[in-house]
Amino acid sequence: MLVDLQGPWSPIFGRLGLLLDVHYNNPVIFFAFQLVVVGGAIALFWLTCANRWGWLWREWLTTVDHKKIGVMYVLVGLVMLFRGFFDALMIRTQQAIAVGPDSPGVLGAAHGYLPPYHFDQVFTAHGMIMILLAVTPMLVGLMNIVVPIQIGARDMAYPYLNALGLWLTAVAAALVMIALFVGDFSHAGWVGLTPLTELPYSPGVGVDYYIWSIQIGSIGTTLGAVNLIATIIKMRAPGMTWGRLPIFSWTTLASNIIALTSFPVLGVALALLTFDRYIGTHFFTADLGGNLMMYTNLFWIWGHPEVYFVVLPAFGFLSEIIPVFSEKPIFGYVTMVLASMAIGLVSWTVWLHHFFTMGASPGVNSYFSIATMLVGIPTGVKVFNWAFTMYRGRLRFPTPMLWAMGSLFLLITGGTTGMMLSVPAINYLVHNSVFVIAHFHNMFLLIAYATFGAVTFWWPKVFGFKLDEKLGKLFFWFFTAGTLFVFIPMYTLGFMGMTRRLDYVSHTSWQPLLLLELFGIALYSLSVVFFLAQLAVSIRDREKNRVTGPDAWGTSRSLEWATHCPPPFYNFAVTPVVHDRDEWAWRREHGLISLVPDRYLDVHMPKNTAVPLLIGALSLFFGFAMIWRIWWLAGVSLLAIIVVIIIRSFDKDTDYIIPAADIERMEAEILNRGAADETSDAPIGGGAGGALASPRKRDGD
Amino acid sequence: MSSHSVENVDPSNVRLWDYDDHGHDFIGTRSIGFWLYMMSDAMIFAGLFAAHGVYVHNFAGGFTAKEVIHPLNALWPTLFILTSVLIYGFGMVALKKGSRSGVINALLLSFILGVGFLFMEWREFSELAAMGAVPQVSGFLSDFWVIVLTHAAHVFFGLLWMAVMIVQIARNGFSQNNVYRLLNLKIFWHFQAVIWVCVFTFVYLMGGI
Repeated sequence: MLVDLQGPWSPIFGRLGLLLDVHYNNPVIFFAFQLVVVGGAIALFWLTCANRWGWLWREWLTTVDHKKIGVMYVLVGLVMLFRGFFDALMIRTQQAIAVGPDSPGVLGAAHGYLPPYHFDQVFTAHGMIMILLAVTPMLVGLMNIVVPIQIGARDMAYPYLNALGLWLTAVAAALVMIALFVGDFSHAGWVGLTPLTELPYSPGVGVDYYIWSIQIGSIGTTLGAVNLIATIIKMRAPGMTWGRLPIFSWTTLASNIIALTSFPVLGVALALLTFDRYIGTHFFTADLGGNLMMYTNLFWIWGHPEVYFVVLPAFGFLSEIIPVFSEKPIFGYVTMVLASMAIGLVSWTVWLHHFFTMGASPGVNSYFSIATMLVGIPTGVKVFNWAFTMYRGRLRFPTPMLWAMGSLFLLITGGTTGMMLSVPAINYLVHNSVFVIAHFHNMFLLIAYATFGAVTFWWPKVFGFKLDEKLGKLFFWFFTAGTLFVFIPMYTLGFMGMTRRLDYVSHTSWQPLLLLELFGIALYSLSVVFFLAQLAVSIRDREKNRVTGPDAWGTSRSLEWATHCPPPFYNFAVTPVVHDRDEWAWRREHGLISLVPDRYLDVHMPKNTAVPLLIGALSLFFGFAMIWRIWWLAGVSLLAIIVVIIIRSFDKDTDYIIPAADIERMEAEILNRGAADETSDAPIGGGAGGALASPRKRDGD
Repeated sequence: MSSHSVENVDPSNVRLWDYDDHGHDFIGTRSIGFWLYMMSDAMIFAGLFAAHGVYVHNFAGGFTAKEVIHPLNALWPTLFILTSVLIYGFGMVALKKGSRSGVINALLLSFILGVGFLFMEWREFSELAAMGAVPQVSGFLSDFWVIVLTHAAHVFFGLLWMAVMIVQIARNGFSQNNVYRLLNLKIFWHFQAVIWVCVFTFVYLMGGI
């Protein structure tokens, strides 16, 4: 039944014998290994010295609190963003060095310092990590943090499932990190080009790492999508009608409908590839009735909706940030909602534009070309709405607004080049050139800009203090300069005919532009330093930067600003009643900003549980065992997962009630702390004033 | 006035916090999540049926569809799974009447019929394996095995769930948790029957005739 493998295999250790042939002499990997070991050692040392293990277990690892889960999602995303950035740095350096036949080569490479096989793994890892393990977790994390508070809920619809989604995503990230040191990673591009990913052409474990980490991570994302949709449908506070739902919640809904329906198709594509690689079926082989373009179709039937899955939350961030710093309600709320839903719908009808060159008939290509152009309509509506929101507004430009502006400019340039690419005649010319690469990096950077904006914007809500503005602005401007220097030359090179994924560039005339790109990535590296400095300085000065009152920006509009910064674990002492589209703005204008209700009620909350973490750990074993074909371990872990789920289903003790008196006591504590701060510190929060609350940063938030 | 009010609310006489404990629509919330999960499961089969459209004639010189697919062979499993779903439906009537034994008996019968379904599929596929029509032969056979056995895997996990439910109802009766699980399993079990109807139509009838 199973396929014959090249290389050693034993019943106990599977293919781990392959490792005996690997020589760890590459300084790049050694550097990465040191980084991970040192980082891990520092974390373990700190946890032990500060006696924080119990805290880590109680407050984070076993939590079902949507805010903490969201923070952990963002943390996973940030770590993987650094990893993906290192990969980008390596790609840019290699392409800047390995130009022309006379270029030097070191470390076993004929040119540059990365031999082709290693270079191919780097760009595959870069693409896959950035899209699935950096951007996606950061967006899901922010949705997790913001949406329940924004709609007036105490938690997600399924807190336990939420934690499970997080740990499965973390397993995907862990598998990719393990691939860096134990074995190798896929070399077949982040799209997994068939039949290159088939066993005869990729006999190692690299493609298996790729398959299983995406498969496990995408199960997590699908669970998260179920949870977020159900939360938005079922958990809204009284008065939060569909017509009053904030735009970010709307885009979250649209985006998760996309995730729910598209990720299973990716699962199918990868599962069929798995069958090809493990039992020798003929789905995507070049012979015996296989059809390799079927993989490409299935992959992009997921892949294109995925693009909108990540861009829609970014549009939601812009729709929240721009009105707050324009001091105006969003322009064209209804068209904004319709546009989000329209983008979600159209996302399903355009996948073939990723491979116009497949050679489909002119009719087919024309259909997908026109469908692609249609995307421009709802997106254009959004751009105009944001512009009209700012028109005659009282504009301020703190860091979140700067990021939003940058995002808007990138959307316009990326959108325009996207329209160019939607024309098959142009697409045939630039297919697989770096013009396409520049275009989609442009689009993903728009998402990154909006995400950085959103992180800065909601940081005081989550942690109770603001991020440093000065370093934040330096981060923004260096990052923007990096964007310009990397991607304008890249667009140019695309027009000049440079194809993607080159480990060696034969045209020496392209070198000046490639060196400009290298300069750009150096600017990016500097911006990362400013980002880390911003985090460090802001955390150091958190007492000084503390926000007083629920409204950190003074002009905030939606419901998440109608609770303390940071919100207590139950979010709202008493569930708010919503009267307006911009509930907090409405309350502020009518002087109804008190957070003290007439009386308190009992609150029903879910209990912490270690089960999701356990299932995550077992999934990690399962994934690792499947990759190395250690069948007994795979079987045992899968069985253990099923048994754990069944045992958990017999557990009746999953919730508890917090008595009203306890809520009253905790609220009074928060309010008193705010009052104490008021005497010592000047209010920084603005608008709402310090009369309300200003809780100290609690452990664990 | 920068805020956009949908309705005119009198700010001087407004209720900012919700003091009536509405309670939480527990079963409704659980059901909607399960419907959403079923949506994603439906997409898995959508992907597989799309693949079936591509591989249906890729015999690669090996077995043709007519040689391996016999619609009559699949008729008995069809009757078994449809009857199993019908009896599960009777179990839901018993749930409405609050009859614990009625639910348990229906689930037991439904479970046995489901096992029968799997047993017949196991026989069909071991015959195929014996005659050498294994998934490694051609794209068509790969697709045939995977699409039918993916459905079988769903039935297997449905049966596992049913077994757990029988124990839970015997132990805890109609608790909130058990009721929502019974309702969700109903959705799941009906869905397997619907998918089987598609498998029977598109794979067995259209392939074997």
